[in-house]
Amino acid sequence: MRAWVAPLSTLALLAACLPARGQELVTDVSRHLVAITSSYSGTELLLFGGIDGGGDIVVVVRGPAEAITIRRKDRVFGVWANVEKAEFRSVPSFYAVASSRPLDEIAQPRALARLQIGAEHLRLGAVRDLPPERLAPFRAALLRLKTEADLFSAEAGQVSFLGNRLFRVEVKVPANVPIGTFTAEVYLFRDGNVVAAQTTPIFVDKLGFERAVYATAQRQPALYGLAAILVALLAGWLAAVAMRKT
Amino acid sequence: MQIYLPIAEMSVNVLVLIGIGGLVGFLSGVFGVGGGFLLTPFLIFIGVPPAVAVGTGANELVAASVSGMIAHWRRGNVDFQMGGVLLAGGMVGSLVGAWIFNLVYGLGQVDLLIGITYVVLLGGTGGLMFVESLKVILRTKEDAPPARKLHSHTWLHGLPFKMRFRRSKLYVSALLPLGIGFAIGILAAVMGVGGGFMLVPAMIYLLGMPTLLVVGTSLFQITFVTASATFFHALGNKTVDVVLALLLLVGAVVGAQIGARIGAQLKGEQLRVLLALIVLGVCLQLGYGLVATPGELFSMARAP
Repeated sequence: MRAWVAPLSTLALLAACLPARGQELVTDVSRHLVAITSSYSGTELLLFGGIDGGGDIVVVVRGPAEAITIRRKDRVFGVWANVEKAEFRSVPSFYAVASSRPLDEIAQPRALARLQIGAEHLRLGAVRDLPPERLAPFRAALLRLKTEADLFSAEAGQVSFLGNRLFRVEVKVPANVPIGTFTAEVYLFRDGNVVAAQTTPIFVDKLGFERAVYATAQRQPALYGLAAILVALLAGWLAAVAMRKT
Repeated sequence: MQIYLPIAEMSVNVLVLIGIGGLVGFLSGVFGVGGGFLLTPFLIFIGVPPAVAVGTGANELVAASVSGMIAHWRRGNVDFQMGGVLLAGGMVGSLVGAWIFNLVYGLGQVDLLIGITYVVLLGGTGGLMFVESLKVILRTKEDAPPARKLHSHTWLHGLPFKMRFRRSKLYVSALLPLGIGFAIGILAAVMGVGGGFMLVPAMIYLLGMPTLLVVGTSLFQITFVTASATFFHALGNKTVDVVLALLLLVGAVVGAQIGARIGAQLKGEQLRVLLALIVLGVCLQLGYGLVATPGELFSMARAP
């Protein structure tokens, strides 16, 4: 019985999302709190909603901004060493775009750039101590490395419609995202313009044991270091006792 | 079975970690060294950030070396006086090492620092050990027992502050074990290793200690030096992952048991040739990584 209760309840939720007359976009997300516990290996966010009057849906999920340093290696006395770096002050730690059609068919680059939709339109807060032509490869490398780490993604056609009013999309969040407040933005485009938008916060936080370990390491580093040593000494002693018995 | 590591901030298969711990523990059981020089590269290889690999490696080695030390202590093979002097140097060394690490971490050259120190030290000790043990093997084949002095006298024995170490039957300058301890302490903090693979030969060849006492005494020193390296890494870099260390340990305990049984059936010089080959292998692998053209020239790091 369980097997069909879950899809049924999702349907019920979706039905509840059907916008009332005059309200063009209603959305929600499956989870507002992503708990990182010891069994956490990434998660999937289900975003769903309803629209009134047709159009295209673009979903953007952003992680909290962080400062990133990109370094370039070069040969120095025969070995490869980091020789040059560029800093970016506000890089989203996670960035996923999903849309019902390819982005260039939905809107003009200018409209997309204004909303920072698409990784190439992100404003990354580059520290300008390099001339633009030297900075460009660093920016390209940042996008490439983030994409390779599954932290940046942009795929068209992921947003699927049920009928022409209900939509849903699943966004994969990998395990290596930092904690913080994520936002899920849903845009309704019609004729190349945004006609409705909705933003939902999603909280990603370490919970329970993971949180205790992380918080202690950050806030009480001396205590944490001593505890780490004590745990190791105890474990080593137990091992020695166990070895003697066998 | 995946587990999320709170400091490394990644999800790893538990069996992979236990396997790595087991392999390193096995080698430490066979050869009587901590195996830290294998642990740190292994962790970096599976994607653990280098800084976390070094800090956590030191943490795991505290446990590995204390259990070994207790076993030698029971047999009375620890010279606490010599260990104490080595340790005094080691503590200061690990503080300096963690400071160097922190400095280089800020400059973005940690990979290079770890790579170069590993290649130079593994290459040096591996090469020496290989040549020395090969000589022993060749000599035993010729059946000519060499005339050996207890230990030779060099300028090192002319240093001031002489101390009598009764257990080791030595009368040497305290500066010698202090200096050796200091150097090993720096390495422990910079490389995330206990330094047994350097300390043991240094104690035999530089100090001239009786071989019986060397392993137990070095484990005594390593226990405290890795503990102090753990502390300084936790304090300065916040890069010690207790969960990762404990999982590695589970494998290491079992691996060490199996390794010790196999090690007991091999001859000393055979063991040393094998260990030398492993050390040289790791050295070549890391050395190749330093000079080979990388597939990706750019790297990404969260700015502090």
